Amino acid sequence: MPAADQETYERHSYDVVVIGAGGAGLRAAIAAHESGARTALICKSLLGKAHTVMAEGGIAAAMANLWPEDNWQVHFRDTMRGGKLLNHWRMAELHAKEAPDRVYELEQWGALFDRTPDGKISQRDFGGHRYARLAHVGDRTGLEMIRTLQQRAVSLGIDVFMELTVTELLKDGGKVSGAFGYWRESGRFVVFEAPAIVLATGGIGKSWRVTSNSWEYTGDGHALALRAGATLLNMEFVQFHPTGMVWPPAVRGLLVTESVRGDGGALLNSEGKRFMFDYIPEFFKAETADSPEEADRWYTDKRNRRPPDLLPRDEVARAINNEVKSGRGSPHGGVFLDIASRRSPEFIKKRLPSMYQQFMELAGVDITKEPMEIAPTCHYVMGGVEVDPDSQMSVVPGLFAAGEVAGGMHGANRLGGNSLSDLLVFGKRAGEHAAEYGAALAGGRPKVSTASAHDAAEIALAPFAHDQGHDNPYSVHQELQAVMQDLVGIIRTEHELRLALDRLVELRAKAAAVAVEGNRQYNPGWHLALDLRNMLVVSESVARAALERQESRGGHTRDDFPMSDPYWATQNVVVELKEGTVSVRRQPLPQPPAELAKLLEEEAH
Amino acid sequence: MSYQLVLRIWRGDSSGGDFVHYEVPADEGEVVLDVVHKTQALFAGDLAVRWNCKAGKCGSCSAEINGVPRLMCMTKLSSLPAGRAVTITPLRTFPVIKDLVTDVSFNYEKARQVPAFSAQPDQPVAPFTMYQEDVERSQEFRKCIECWLCQDTCHVIRDHEENKPHFAGPRFFIRYAELDMHPNDGLDRKKLLQETQGLGYCNITKCCTEVCPEHIKITDNAIIAMKERVVDVKYDPVVKFFGRRRAGREKRGS
Amino acid sequence: MAGVVTLARTCRLAPITLTGLNVGSDALPRQRPHPGNTAAGRSDGRPGPGPAGSARPGRRRGTSHAGSHAMTAVTAERPAGPAKARAAIAPRTLRLDKWWKEPAITATILISFVVYATWAAFKNADYFVRPYLSPFYSPCLASICGHARAGATTVHPPMVGLFGPWWAISPAIIVLIIPLGFRFTCYYYRKAYYRSIWQSPSACAVREPHKGYKGESKFPLIIQNVHRWFFYLGLLLNGILTWDAVEAFHFPRGWGHAGFGTLMLVVNAILLWTYSLSCHSCRHIIGGRLKHFSRHPLRFKLWGVVSKMNTKHMQLAWVSLIFVALTDLYVRLVASGWVTDPRFF
Repeated sequence: MPAADQETYERHSYDVVVIGAGGAGLRAAIAAHESGARTALICKSLLGKAHTVMAEGGIAAAMANLWPEDNWQVHFRDTMRGGKLLNHWRMAELHAKEAPDRVYELEQWGALFDRTPDGKISQRDFGGHRYARLAHVGDRTGLEMIRTLQQRAVSLGIDVFMELTVTELLKDGGKVSGAFGYWRESGRFVVFEAPAIVLATGGIGKSWRVTSNSWEYTGDGHALALRAGATLLNMEFVQFHPTGMVWPPAVRGLLVTESVRGDGGALLNSEGKRFMFDYIPEFFKAETADSPEEADRWYTDKRNRRPPDLLPRDEVARAINNEVKSGRGSPHGGVFLDIASRRSPEFIKKRLPSMYQQFMELAGVDITKEPMEIAPTCHYVMGGVEVDPDSQMSVVPGLFAAGEVAGGMHGANRLGGNSLSDLLVFGKRAGEHAAEYGAALAGGRPKVSTASAHDAAEIALAPFAHDQGHDNPYSVHQELQAVMQDLVGIIRTEHELRLALDRLVELRAKAAAVAVEGNRQYNPGWHLALDLRNMLVVSESVARAALERQESRGGHTRDDFPMSDPYWATQNVVVELKEGTVSVRRQPLPQPPAELAKLLEEEAH
Repeated sequence: MSYQLVLRIWRGDSSGGDFVHYEVPADEGEVVLDVVHKTQALFAGDLAVRWNCKAGKCGSCSAEINGVPRLMCMTKLSSLPAGRAVTITPLRTFPVIKDLVTDVSFNYEKARQVPAFSAQPDQPVAPFTMYQEDVERSQEFRKCIECWLCQDTCHVIRDHEENKPHFAGPRFFIRYAELDMHPNDGLDRKKLLQETQGLGYCNITKCCTEVCPEHIKITDNAIIAMKERVVDVKYDPVVKFFGRRRAGREKRGS
Repeated sequence: MAGVVTLARTCRLAPITLTGLNVGSDALPRQRPHPGNTAAGRSDGRPGPGPAGSARPGRRRGTSHAGSHAMTAVTAERPAGPAKARAAIAPRTLRLDKWWKEPAITATILISFVVYATWAAFKNADYFVRPYLSPFYSPCLASICGHARAGATTVHPPMVGLFGPWWAISPAIIVLIIPLGFRFTCYYYRKAYYRSIWQSPSACAVREPHKGYKGESKFPLIIQNVHRWFFYLGLLLNGILTWDAVEAFHFPRGWGHAGFGTLMLVVNAILLWTYSLSCHSCRHIIGGRLKHFSRHPLRFKLWGVVSKMNTKHMQLAWVSLIFVALTDLYVRLVASGWVTDPRFF
């Protein structure tokens, strides 16, 4: 193994480097390229495999194709209320205003959404949205989106670096100057020189045991940003999607789309009762049906109030959690989701083809004949890099973030369907502003120092130097998942969070000493060892932020502080690295201007 | 119900390799990818394998299981012959990088050669008016998760490396079909498809359809449909005659 | 390659960076300076045979920055590994199932049919017994059909004397070209015999024995594209066989009677119609060729029906094939006196 300082690195120079090629990354790269920047797109996997393909339900956009009453103001209101008013109002506003155009853009590039009878883009119902608002393609909307963007990016001729992992951002003075990474295939190092970098790395879910997220979701962008001096916002808000598969164990956590409920599915406990009627919070009482009869009428007549099965995800996840804990769960520790007795087999197969296939092939369950067993699964992180709402630039000049890795947009809880639109709206903004920022620097571009590259290389190579006697990265990863699942899960307490932080310290020591076998050529053990570093710092951020916020709100539930606290409604929890240690502080939440604030107060009906 | 399962995994790189046996604990309901992960965690930390979603949605974990191209995450152990070792090899049509990971750049190169969607002049700017019955055919092809299993199994390139430069493969035949059937696409790629992308090489033996994890009817709905559309423009005097007359009428009418 | 290169100019190809370019482990030589300016070029700068090598020289786009820094930037120092090889796995296939079974059965049935049909077509006797005419010999286009041979049980079939007395061999040869051509070029049968007879491939993921392969891109197999013409002719023939089936109710004692042979001819005609109408060419002509179903509601409906039938095209192909042979056999047995045709009414 050569020492780090003997190695010469492959070097590339671009105006904008986008890290991550999911929806946000692709959209950012397209925007940067169209703004005239020489753009590179880097992804850990092959192009088109990013987590966006997993998104099933749809893209929320107030196009008003089915409900003329819908408009951006209603979408803004739904988003803010779903986020328990902790969203950055400006992001929610931009998002609601720009989402329709971003959807039309996809159609312009060849996307084929499901249609209404009069030939427009069809829209479907989802939790927390007052009107049917999600542009969709069956239950594979994410795939349609990523394929469309991928094909667009390829036709534009954007340089794509596939299977390349970035391990460090490089800086010159206070500004971003580039990125350091390795080719997964060869293990050889690469240095990118770029004055503007867009993080679009997605989420952090791989630190939990029951998760709908893929291996890529190791919080790389969150960690890179922290280490580069940026701040993270509201990391305590982790969304547990109410419906993940529970059986067989091998597929535990796999997502069951919210469309099942949007298209008529109902949640039942072991007594066959629609228990969600017992869990309607005061905040949503006015707009939620209080009898199954009214709820069932809503699907065809929106003058009725919405079924409680379609409350925002945090409410439903907590309710399911409680039913299971109270002994009214299904045989494998979940509850039942029944669409078989409520819709015809043809309807189910047409609207939910991949769910039908998923249950048939993986669980041997025919969802047109029997109910599904489901339980909450770690799905999404609302928290992320603190950015300027308009430009998506973090506190570090030249560092941008878009999509799940960025914070603020979704507040304490994200509504289904708002993620895909978030990727498009803010991906585009990040790409454009990154290009603009880079162009404004002109000749004064920050430089990449060889020393900083060497430092990064040394860290990356460290696992090869360790004794084989130490833990392997896989076992440390499993321990981390157990800690986060058991101690930083849906319901949290101070005691457990402190315990988690202690355990994370131990795990950090273990991770720093993990040994990997083999060489640098496509070595998953080594890759995981490097990812662990990111997962650990992000997990600690979540635990510390969760400890700081002494209330329950959205995706953060404290058993010891079960109520929402008006004080905390005005506070963000900010995480930063101070001399290598994770530290938290409070920061007042920006308040919306009067005309927007008024929208939030209006009654539902 | 745990039991011991024998895996026979091909390990090596382009300079050579061989089968390595692993005895791995397996559980009820598990898929091949689960036991491959256990092999990594327990015996071979550097065993190279691609995977992402583990839900049959991303198409990363393609390999050949007992000689059949499949997704590892969607192949249940219970669907394989009981009591026998499970053989796992990398895709055979593409150069191997390491162990179960192959260099699939062939496919990305072919993707680049597809002329992109281009809206028809009479409806150039979205939102487009398009009807469900008109988008459905193309939607079937857009279900493709790009797992490359059809490309891997297609004998045209699997058994004949020399055909790679002039054969786009089933995945891209459905892409051409998708665009040709798109109600608002205005480019004609039929001659390109026949003359440089190798549609004629396909002898419709349907292996692509057999291995497609998305159950796309690649051969019947895309390849044969495109062969027929090519016949329209190249080999059928009757349709050609009527087509020309109609085009003439429309021109006069407008 | 020429075609691909043209394509490159017209489709604005991207210099994608492909992982495949970046070969090697620590053991491999590295840092051969890259002469090109692209992330996608091969290290030796030549276009190579594989996809990785066919990358075009990178075109830089967008604003080029002032200062030389950005301009010289994209010099990739890539390891130039050896040409990549496939995994060295020797066996023809690693399949454990009985993959050879299906092609074996297919080949057996196909060959049996061909042997029987050849024999029956050249027999030139026993193909007509009033009112049944074997489908192999219909329509009877040669005047030879009119010959009653001494000792034969054949009675004169209805015939069209298009081919005069100079046509000396069996009249079946003239018309059989249509159904055989239709079936030979049928998309399903192509699969069947390419797999089972030509072994190209015998089964999925089983290596085929041939050195080269051009498929249907070159002569002779490019001729398969005439399937459409055979489809048109086949429809005509179906019409005639339908007429034969109607004629099969026309016994010497008058109209409106039926025997077992009548039933055979009627079923045979129905099967041939379902086989023809479920064919891929038919599906295409009926509606598949349309870009907008919404503008042709009737054809859309018909297309839906044909599409449904098309999913059973394989089954219909086999059933109609076997049944047409059985019908010929039955007529033959009755004509030669081996079997007495039961009369229903």
